[in-house]
Amino acid sequence: MNPFFYERASDRPAALALGARAGAKYLGGGTNLVDLMRETIERPQVLVDVTALSCSIDDTEDGGLRIGAGVRNTALAADRRVRERYPMLARAILAGASAQIRNMATVGGNLLQRTRCVYFYDEAARCNKRKPGSGCDAIEGFNRYHAIFGASPACVATHPSDMAVALAALDAVVLVEGEAGARAVPIVNFHRLPGDTPEVETVLQPGDLITAVTLPPKGFAGRSSYRKVRDRASYAFALVSVAAAVDLQEGVVREARIALGGVAHKPWRATAAETALKGGPATEIAFRAAAEAEFVSARGLRHNAFKIDLGRRVITDMLVKLAARKESA
Amino acid sequence: MRFLVNGEAIDLDFDTRTSLLDLLRERLHLFGAKKGCNQGACGACTVLVDGQRINSCLALAVQYQDRNITTVEGLGAPDALHPLQAAFIEHDGFQCGYCTPGQICSAVGMAEEFKRGVPSYVSEDLAAARFALTPDELRERMSGNLCRCGAHNGIVDAIQEAFGPGDKREAAE
Repeated sequence: MNPFFYERASDRPAALALGARAGAKYLGGGTNLVDLMRETIERPQVLVDVTALSCSIDDTEDGGLRIGAGVRNTALAADRRVRERYPMLARAILAGASAQIRNMATVGGNLLQRTRCVYFYDEAARCNKRKPGSGCDAIEGFNRYHAIFGASPACVATHPSDMAVALAALDAVVLVEGEAGARAVPIVNFHRLPGDTPEVETVLQPGDLITAVTLPPKGFAGRSSYRKVRDRASYAFALVSVAAAVDLQEGVVREARIALGGVAHKPWRATAAETALKGGPATEIAFRAAAEAEFVSARGLRHNAFKIDLGRRVITDMLVKLAARKESA
Repeated sequence: MRFLVNGEAIDLDFDTRTSLLDLLRERLHLFGAKKGCNQGACGACTVLVDGQRINSCLALAVQYQDRNITTVEGLGAPDALHPLQAAFIEHDGFQCGYCTPGQICSAVGMAEEFKRGVPSYVSEDLAAARFALTPDELRERMSGNLCRCGAHNGIVDAIQEAFGPGDKREAAE
């Protein structure tokens, strides 16, 4: 690990001033950043600890929630309002990492965690994300965990977050503050596809600080869930994960929300499937057709093409189960 | 910098790169927490901070000043075992013992999460106020602690005896 200065920010202006320094990086729980620093993939000169800021979850005027960026993953999943009104988000968070890591990890840090592509971590491998222009050893290598949507010849890595997948399905908004003031970025636009610059993973500018994530009032509490398919039953990254929600009226789909994890450089909002479902019958045939519509644009590699069929099946099965659910309240 | 470890206040200076695990082991000579993978995958380094379990290998020590840190040494002693330590012996919850301090600290933290009504991925109704300490719940909640000897069945039995229905510790209080 390279040496660095440690600064604890007492308030937001102090954090932004420290974050504007050369080589500065914000520090949350450190569960990913410390590991990357140990591997010298990340080499910040200043670490600005922002864990004392924005640690509350508050009701918003429109009936949604504002989640401070410093809220720990466990605290968010355990929050009664989240469990009752946004159960898909609580389950997604609980599907991620281990209890120890969820106790440490913050909401802001969860969004900014980096890919677990083994070639990104391997100093001896070529990786355009770690060393731009060096090439990608994953495309012809062991790519079981890699992207089938939105990948580029430069990078086929996936974003590892579960929480962000549910946030994408819920149309959450990321609140950011920086030199240019405060702005709100829809979560679906927050992460980038790799293109020619896979090292640029989000729309954040240097010094930008995530202050909160807001949830709109609609949480699809009655018919929504998060399902994660992985190589072991617990504590593993997703092969494919699905956040799905449907709003039904008399057997017709009024609205559907589907987002996928483990398949792209960002949480993948399945808009083709959503469009296919909207206004149609809530039947298994229609659900399967919608899942197939989404995966028309999927491209498999040598070791991950199985995700195409797997993803279609998980979506179809989840929608069937959600439609069969007796809506309480 | 000031730390509270197992109820004792300690002042010391160190490099900002030091992990909480290295601080405990190398500077304070508390060898209970183990360095297994040093990347948060095995749980052998688990300690409690203000009662919550964390991976001390991924924690920068500077972030934990003035926090209440408990290692396995603070939970029990050879002549005064924590009820969970006694249950681990009773149920053969270990073979080599390397993962055990992490398992014990993790299970103590898990029991507190249970009392607070924190759900897990396998909890059917996330909105429930309380959850049952079934083997499925227990295995999911303890998945951050690996045991390469494969003593998992004994570990599950020991934790259920210590924290399950008819909690021995509570009965003794």
